[in-house]
Amino acid sequence: MPDYSLSYVYVFAFLVVGALFVTALLTIARLIAPKKVTPEKLRTYESGEEPIGQAWGRWPTHFYVFALLFVVFDVEVIFLFPWAVLFRQLGIAGLVEVVVFIGILVVGLYYAWKKDALNWY
Amino acid sequence: MPVGPLGLDPLFWAPLRLIIAVALALFLVLNGALLQIYLERKIQAIIQDRLGPYHVGPFGLLQTFADAIKLIAKEDVRARATDPWFFLAAPALVFCPMLASWVVLPFAQDIVGVDLNIGLLYLTTLGSMTVLGIVIAGWASNNKYALVGGLRSAGQLISYEIPQILALVSVALVVGSLSMIDITRSQAGPMVNVFVLPFSFLIYFIAALAETNRTPFDLPEAESELVAGWLTEYSGMRWGTMLALSEYGNVTVVSSIVTTLWFGGWQGPGVDAIPLLGVLWFTLKVYGVIVVMMWIRATLPRLRIDQLMTFCWLGLIPLALLNIMVVAVLALAFPDTKIPIALASWLLVIAFIAGVPFVQRRRLALLRARASASAVRAAS
Repeated sequence: MPDYSLSYVYVFAFLVVGALFVTALLTIARLIAPKKVTPEKLRTYESGEEPIGQAWGRWPTHFYVFALLFVVFDVEVIFLFPWAVLFRQLGIAGLVEVVVFIGILVVGLYYAWKKDALNWY
Repeated sequence: MPVGPLGLDPLFWAPLRLIIAVALALFLVLNGALLQIYLERKIQAIIQDRLGPYHVGPFGLLQTFADAIKLIAKEDVRARATDPWFFLAAPALVFCPMLASWVVLPFAQDIVGVDLNIGLLYLTTLGSMTVLGIVIAGWASNNKYALVGGLRSAGQLISYEIPQILALVSVALVVGSLSMIDITRSQAGPMVNVFVLPFSFLIYFIAALAETNRTPFDLPEAESELVAGWLTEYSGMRWGTMLALSEYGNVTVVSSIVTTLWFGGWQGPGVDAIPLLGVLWFTLKVYGVIVVMMWIRATLPRLRIDQLMTFCWLGLIPLALLNIMVVAVLALAFPDTKIPIALASWLLVIAFIAGVPFVQRRRLALLRARASASAVRAAS
């Protein structure tokens, strides 16, 4: 197997090739495809009506709380992965620590639930 | 002087291997999309008692190929109100993470882009990057339908990511490694992980359906309410790259993760004698999972958005945490055998399937009581 730093060359190469591939595909489409611009085509689609205002305005943010909770839980998961790999070496002490860690987060989830933060509307 | 495979100089072999890996991944993504769209249409047609595509080529096999050519030759409209740079960047932002996920998928013993020692973590990272592209596409379109679709998509994807990753943690607990190759190797023989950890498989599969925007969780593209969701303003090949290539590529990636983690990856009869047979087993298993996903699409109706969020936050996440705790305690108490973990896991599956209707009935009764109480209050 290639060494540690070389393996990330692969990741980088895949990302770059992905971007190049999409660009190439769209360039080919641009060369082949017809281009007949009319004002109606350039209008934002709103079920055939004249669009009223822009979409960039105020929107209800139900999922703002969800996003906050997501950040909390996503970071939790990042802490769980190393524990899961070294689980057997850490033994009982590691398990107790993780139980306390998850326990605190579950209390937080319960609080959010009782505060109606998890209700969509 | 050291000699690489095929008698080539290692200095020459290393870049060649990289080029082969990238080319092969691209080739498989393109062919996978063509094949899966055909499969999807044909399977749904069979289930719904229709014929499906049958005009182009034998059994309509060339239908998606013709569709691809049509898409490339189609006018690419960009509305005046859109944000030009983000609108152009979104297809690449959706496509690149999907393609990069293919680096760690192990098709056989040695046929893998590169065996990262943090394979699982890497896959989850890239899986969450797709959301960025979707939200940017929805925002850049400057279209109300697209923006609602993009925001919904963000809410759904970030929510379902948590149970998905928690299900992966329980596999890492049992196997003790994050490398895709090590996880597959640990499942030699008939005792694959799905028998040991059926509950985490169930959680992962449900969450994966939501992550890939498949029915019953395809709310971001709900065509009966949001036209085409975040894709409304896209047309031509930009639409093709985003939907056809990226969505089906993601379906393949998710199915490959399921295959590797729970169904033993390339392991199968005769692999020790002929290693190349592993590619066949891996592909068959992956397409088995994909066909099940298509079957679900033809069977189940779409969920409502509040049901979707409640099910994730109050159902899947607590259950996934419970699952991790049960697996961890049992793995520590019985270090030599996996049988107690398997028993507890199957019990959890049975309790989950039996408990869902019960909990649902109680919840509905509660909601009805609340609704009728407020109706009485409004009348008086």
